[in-house]
Amino acid sequence: MSVLIFADQAHGKIKKVAFEAVQYGAKVAQQLGTTATALVLGTAANEELEALGNYGAAKVLHVADARLNEVEGTVFTKIIADAVAQEAAQVVIFGHNFDGKAVAPRVAARLKAGFVSGAVSLPDTSNGFVVKKSVFSGKAFANVSINTAVKVIAVMPNTFALEPTAAKAAVATFSPAISDADFKVKVSSVETVSGEVPLTEADIVVSGGRGLKGPENWGLVEDLAKSLGAATACSRPVADTGWRPHHEHVGQTGLTVRPNLYIAIGISGAIQHLAGVNGSKVIVVINKDPEAPFFKAADYGIVGDAFEVVPKLTAAIKQMK
Amino acid sequence: MKILVCISKTPDTTAKIAFTDNNTKFNEAGVQFIINPYDEWYALVRALELKETLGATVHLVTAGGADTEPIIRKALALGGDEAFRINTDSQDSFYIATQIAEHARKQAYDLIFTGKETIDYNGAAIGGMVAELLDLPYVSIAAKFELNGTEATINREIEGGEEVVKVTLPVVVSCQKGMAEQRIPGMRGIMAARTKPLAVVEPVAADTLTTVSSFELPPAKAGVKLISPDNVDELVKLLHDEAKVI
Repeated sequence: MSVLIFADQAHGKIKKVAFEAVQYGAKVAQQLGTTATALVLGTAANEELEALGNYGAAKVLHVADARLNEVEGTVFTKIIADAVAQEAAQVVIFGHNFDGKAVAPRVAARLKAGFVSGAVSLPDTSNGFVVKKSVFSGKAFANVSINTAVKVIAVMPNTFALEPTAAKAAVATFSPAISDADFKVKVSSVETVSGEVPLTEADIVVSGGRGLKGPENWGLVEDLAKSLGAATACSRPVADTGWRPHHEHVGQTGLTVRPNLYIAIGISGAIQHLAGVNGSKVIVVINKDPEAPFFKAADYGIVGDAFEVVPKLTAAIKQMK
Repeated sequence: MKILVCISKTPDTTAKIAFTDNNTKFNEAGVQFIINPYDEWYALVRALELKETLGATVHLVTAGGADTEPIIRKALALGGDEAFRINTDSQDSFYIATQIAEHARKQAYDLIFTGKETIDYNGAAIGGMVAELLDLPYVSIAAKFELNGTEATINREIEGGEEVVKVTLPVVVSCQKGMAEQRIPGMRGIMAARTKPLAVVEPVAADTLTTVSSFELPPAKAGVKLISPDNVDELVKLLHDEAKVI
């Protein structure tokens, strides 16, 4: 028996969401009196793999096959299922990120395992196996009972604070039988915004709305974000009018973010926008309209003109640091 | 070409979220139900665009009771050709995916579209499960879908960017913003939808792997602490000392 965690990587770097998943898996393993094994697919340096021990993985299975550097759901599913069999895994953990969404449901169906995605709590094993998940776009939670021997859980990103130790994991090579013919979906190009914090993994997000009046004013948002080491985001109208790229849009139809701190500048806070940010731990709203609905969802607020307040805030933060 | 679009009935995005029966049931009182926006605006409309440009038959499938028929009729009014309602109230994704896969197996679709997730359960599970059960490739969270013969070129979202992939049909795709634009059904479509076929299918035997034992609402926010725009230092201090987030 064991707990198996799919530790997602990109360009040889293990993702933050994978650390969160490993740490979650290690805690589940502890609950069940067993150990956690992480599975890494694709090229990755040994130090990266060993470092998964920092988050509680006792062992890391590594498939060092460059064909796995990008996710192919069918192939990944086959490999993960093989690893589940080898390790006699009872619980399989994923991060509920883009890659997790591509693979976890397939794995669950293949194993005929009960599946909970968007988990926000460790399982309650006092009466069965119950996991709390986010539902209604962050507006509520459901306690879901998994009724199968093998269970698949996809952990909500930015939900569990990382508590790294100095422990190292033992790395073992895993060699599943895969052939080129197994790769049905072929990646022809990848475009990523490099050098920036991925929005869904960011601890701090600074977001701008229509109140900023135009794309030429985005320097305000960017300067504040830079002073905080934050990622930048925007509301739907801003993405729809092309002021900012779609991949920065947070809200019901855009990305869901759960940072420690979300700073909303010139965003009124329509319910659809809140659906994408209501998992944030602390929300700061800067808006000149005191009636903006966002203030009701905020922890701290400044009623004022963004063009005056934001540069002062940026300066104050720089001074503090 | 035959396309299947999976649609789901969800509460409107602005619906009040509350629960009844000792927090075990969603309170439907006064709630307006819609087609899950990802299913309608992106999956269904893109399927209809493919029908218009390349020629296709668009089937709709949903799992639910008779109360889902208004949203099915709306999907037919938008341009779907034929609908199937699998008569079950199950909430388990594996159970539902098994039903859809069984239906799809009989129909041999070239393309199966779902929304990227429903806005109520936020499972993001059905597409991947259906693909696995049918042994088909699955492309998740697609923002663009183009077809050239039997080869699809799909943009899928990844962390901090996008990936362009190529795959040969048949394929299962989950759809998000970017695939298409929302449409409003016209009067002709609404009239035509009344007589389009809507078959009620009894579910096949399948296992229920998960059950929702209860719901809960997040703790209420303490209320906003307002800071004067002339005193941003105070905000920085609060974020540092009180909230401890910077």
